[in-house]
Amino acid sequence: MLSLSHFLVLGAILFSISVVGIFLNRKNVIILLMAIELMLLAVNINFIAFSYYLNDIAGQVFVFFILTVAAAESAIGLAILVVLFRSLSSINVEDMDGLKG
Amino acid sequence: MEVFIFYFFATILVVAAVCVVTMRNPVHSALFLVLAFFTASGIWMLLRAEFLAIALVLVYVGAVMVLFLFVVMMLDINLDRVREGFWTYLPLGATIGILIAVEMALAIAGPRSHIGSIPAPADPAANYSNTHELGLVLYTDYLYPFELAAVVLLVAMIAAIALTLRKRKDTKYQKPSDQVKASSTDRVRLVSMPVEKKEG
Repeated sequence: MLSLSHFLVLGAILFSISVVGIFLNRKNVIILLMAIELMLLAVNINFIAFSYYLNDIAGQVFVFFILTVAAAESAIGLAILVVLFRSLSSINVEDMDGLKG
Repeated sequence: MEVFIFYFFATILVVAAVCVVTMRNPVHSALFLVLAFFTASGIWMLLRAEFLAIALVLVYVGAVMVLFLFVVMMLDINLDRVREGFWTYLPLGATIGILIAVEMALAIAGPRSHIGSIPAPADPAANYSNTHELGLVLYTDYLYPFELAAVVLLVAMIAAIALTLRKRKDTKYQKPSDQVKASSTDRVRLVSMPVEKKEG
């Protein structure tokens, strides 16, 4: 029989895969954005699993808002990426050193 | 049966997620991310969140991932430079990732955890509608957050357009208002000058 921990462990595995993805692809901004989307998906799976097992619809409302904010975030992120590529002709993180930090 | 469906979808989801972060070509990564979202929506169906499962497919697969693919294909990326350092970071990254996953799994499903003993709720009545229930709380208890979410989307849309809009300096525009306002005196200037006799 399926239990809550099945879904939570799946979310944990998904979250750690995207953390590893951020380690590995630290040069490529597009893959970094995709890894962030994966992380949000893992969090959403946790929310929905808790919402089902605790019989409380508030978790699904939160997932709804997370989806909204994530869509806005990726739209603005990709717009910034396009502008960045226009001025740098590269999306390599190492080339983004204009602030000399 | 449910257990089999869960493991089937979970396997596809994990494999797709691994492919997203390890694929060499960003276009392949984006396509595997589409697969991951699609599979996750299947798992949400299993948890009886039908509205959100459909919304995930429509919003993510339909809009966000198409935007990702569009940007990936528009940008001309030097794959060799972007990939450098991948193999040197792989052992450390994989070790830390496995450690994080094992720690979280132990905390969630370990011997001292009681999360697994929460019983699954009984199957809802036949006329139960997830969309109806969600709409009921969304438009009453969460009305202000809902409107705020609409404002967030509007701001995101305006910001994305304002960021990427640019005026090209090398194109020549016609200004209709100036054209209408122009009169003959702006175009032709009559100059009176003294007549000079040709010499010789």
